[in-house]
Amino acid sequence: MIQGRIQNFLVIGFVALFFVYLFGPLIVMGLTAFNTSGFPRVSPWECFTVEWFDVLMEDTRLVTGVRNSLLIGIGVVILAVPIGLAGALMLMQIGPRLRPWLYTVTIAPILVPGVVLGISTLLFWDRIGLMFGAGEDTIFYDGIFLTIVGQATFISAYAMLIFIARLQRFDPALEEAALDLGASHTQTFRKILLPFLRPAIGSAAVLAFLASFENYNTTIFTIVSSSTLTTVLASKVRYGIDPSISALAVSIVFLTLVGAVLYEISKRRETRRARAQMAVARGEATEVKKQRPFLTEPAFILFVLIVVAGLGTVYFSGTVGVEECKIIVKEQRQAEIKRKVERRQQQQMFQSAVDAQSESSSDQEETQEDSKVTAKGTEGYQSVFSPGNLQGEVETEAEEEEPVKGTEGYLNVFSPGNLVNPSSDEPDEEKPVKGTEGYQNVFAPENLTDQVPAENSGN
Amino acid sequence: MSADVKLESVWIRFGDFIAARDVNLHIKGGEFFTILGPSGCGKTTLLRAVSGFLTPSEGSVLIGGENMAGIGPNRRPTALIFQNLALFPLMTIWENITFSLEVNGVRKAQRKKRADELLELIALPGQGEKMVSELSGGQKQRVAIARALCAQPEVLLLDEPLSALDLKLRQHMRTELRSIQQQVGITFIYITHDQGEALTMSDHVAVMREGIIEQVSDGTTIYDEPDTAFVASFVGENNRFAGKVANVTDGIAQVSTPEGSIRARCSKNPDSNVKTGDDVYVFVRPESLRFVSGNSIDNQMKASVYHEEFEGNMWQVFLDISSTRKRVKMSYVNDGSIRSQSGEKDLPVGFSSDAAIVLPQGPLAAE
Repeated sequence: MIQGRIQNFLVIGFVALFFVYLFGPLIVMGLTAFNTSGFPRVSPWECFTVEWFDVLMEDTRLVTGVRNSLLIGIGVVILAVPIGLAGALMLMQIGPRLRPWLYTVTIAPILVPGVVLGISTLLFWDRIGLMFGAGEDTIFYDGIFLTIVGQATFISAYAMLIFIARLQRFDPALEEAALDLGASHTQTFRKILLPFLRPAIGSAAVLAFLASFENYNTTIFTIVSSSTLTTVLASKVRYGIDPSISALAVSIVFLTLVGAVLYEISKRRETRRARAQMAVARGEATEVKKQRPFLTEPAFILFVLIVVAGLGTVYFSGTVGVEECKIIVKEQRQAEIKRKVERRQQQQMFQSAVDAQSESSSDQEETQEDSKVTAKGTEGYQSVFSPGNLQGEVETEAEEEEPVKGTEGYLNVFSPGNLVNPSSDEPDEEKPVKGTEGYQNVFAPENLTDQVPAENSGN
Repeated sequence: MSADVKLESVWIRFGDFIAARDVNLHIKGGEFFTILGPSGCGKTTLLRAVSGFLTPSEGSVLIGGENMAGIGPNRRPTALIFQNLALFPLMTIWENITFSLEVNGVRKAQRKKRADELLELIALPGQGEKMVSELSGGQKQRVAIARALCAQPEVLLLDEPLSALDLKLRQHMRTELRSIQQQVGITFIYITHDQGEALTMSDHVAVMREGIIEQVSDGTTIYDEPDTAFVASFVGENNRFAGKVANVTDGIAQVSTPEGSIRARCSKNPDSNVKTGDDVYVFVRPESLRFVSGNSIDNQMKASVYHEEFEGNMWQVFLDISSTRKRVKMSYVNDGSIRSQSGEKDLPVGFSSDAAIVLPQGPLAAE
């Protein structure tokens, strides 16, 4: 009993862990697309926004890349699916002695590294181009054409495998029956085999498109001077990313989900229909009810409503009040920095007060007490101006995480030169806390921008 | 609208394997002709040669007097009903039935009209819009027949179409097939390994063994006058006694067997004649064996009852011949005259010489 419970617990734990492993990164990435933070991250959460989708749409390199990827994907589908179909048909008809050889030849491109395929495609068409004396602006050097051809070499093999799987379930008697009833070979192919293969054609097309869309190692060679989504992303990662990439990923995941749900709905319709037909065949029902059109299917309507409502909610909450939220976040951050600075300052003052006291033996005991009590007060500042403090070493702001150590270095902010700086540089700044005026330059805009990577690397 | 089919010296070889050896058949127009044989005897191969899916290695196929060499299955006046029916699963019933019209470019309205007529013929009116998967086994069967008939063939070829059905339905479909054949009046060539189907439906039956046609005749002749030991052992049940011919007089052979001397009639077919000294088999049907009293019958022997089966209308009795322990089977109608004989020893059993046939030894059907 207890053992069983432990076992259950372990199984559930394992499954949970598995799903976290599987979907954790995806969820984190999805969230980063909606955070205003300039670097894709979830924590600290700033404001919910959809602005990265705008940024994405304005990124012309990325948009061109996506467009090229789509073009290439469609091209690969058009090229690879018929080749795969032809290969599969050939394999099913050829004699058993030749079949393993042909199979090996057609499957080989899957086993060859994509890099090799890319380079060989590039070289091959370059030779062909040279043979015809074609220039650099002809099709032989066109990245999109080369990529379609290069990817199709191995994607058609994928398509072929799908077709073979389907064809193995084809009853050749159906073809013979059609021929026997007077159909020509073309009619038999068109009316019998093709309808049977339709689901496989769909799967092969989807698979070919996805394989093409995500391909990198062949594409990077064959794309020449153009770019696809994958090559743009790769170069972006190299030069620093922003959440618009997450936004792109979210869009792709969303579209995939929509496709999957629609597919599932239509599949369930099919199953329902098949079950009804079985019932009729067994004599349990008299007829199969006519199914309503797909567009009025309750599940479909519900799904569309959910999608529309979800998109609307996300758009609304991601656009309204974002600017206000940003200002608040900015203020909070400034306040945070201010607090840190203040704390450091106080510690520093306390330190110098102690120093001063130990230096002047003439001071009364009650002052010592006072300085302890008023450590947070401004009175302690007096001692900052003691000549001894000026001798402190200079420290950089980056080390503000360790406030105690080396705080004396801040004293030089009171050097006369600093007073020349007009405090009107920062108009949106609120009245600083009394006694901190000297620290104005801490809030200079440059500091704020520095803050992001510095903090990040600190974490 | 019915054509005769002639196979002239047809040989079909697959590498070293010979599926048909020198087959000569003449199937008359409008008859129900059955090719009967155990599985693997080459009967389906023969049918495929007639329908055009297969070219004979030698010899020729003539349909309606016309040589079919070089004419594809889609241009022959035949229609084939497949063993698994091969209905098109992605089409409705009426589309299935009128497929032959569709490929010839007949308009939809006309096709629907024809489909309705045929659905009437196969007693499935108003079911045209259903899918194939919505039909039961027997209904599918009839749709397959309608689809073949829609092509208006002169010869309908049926490749064990009833084998997938259960017994009850099979018996029902036998009569139905026969009546459809008589209605449309075209030549049916029917392939089966089920002798019951062959004998009940056919005008003529050809018995086939390993690519050879052993005998062509009507059902009763096949049963009563088998030409070869194979036909005798394959069609119906037979008790077999092996022996040597002692002498032959007036069509009655005296055969010496371990069970004693047996008198049996010779085959009427001159090819199956026997002469003194030949190794032969004597075949006796279980229903020809009976309990005897006195010397009323030519062949008598003593036997003990080994096992009895009561089938209601029939008794099936398994006997051991006393002299050699040879097992024989006897069946008789339960008319109330004989009760259970269980455990009886050394009963006199016998059969008349007219009911036993003597044939040259040769290959037998697998038990």
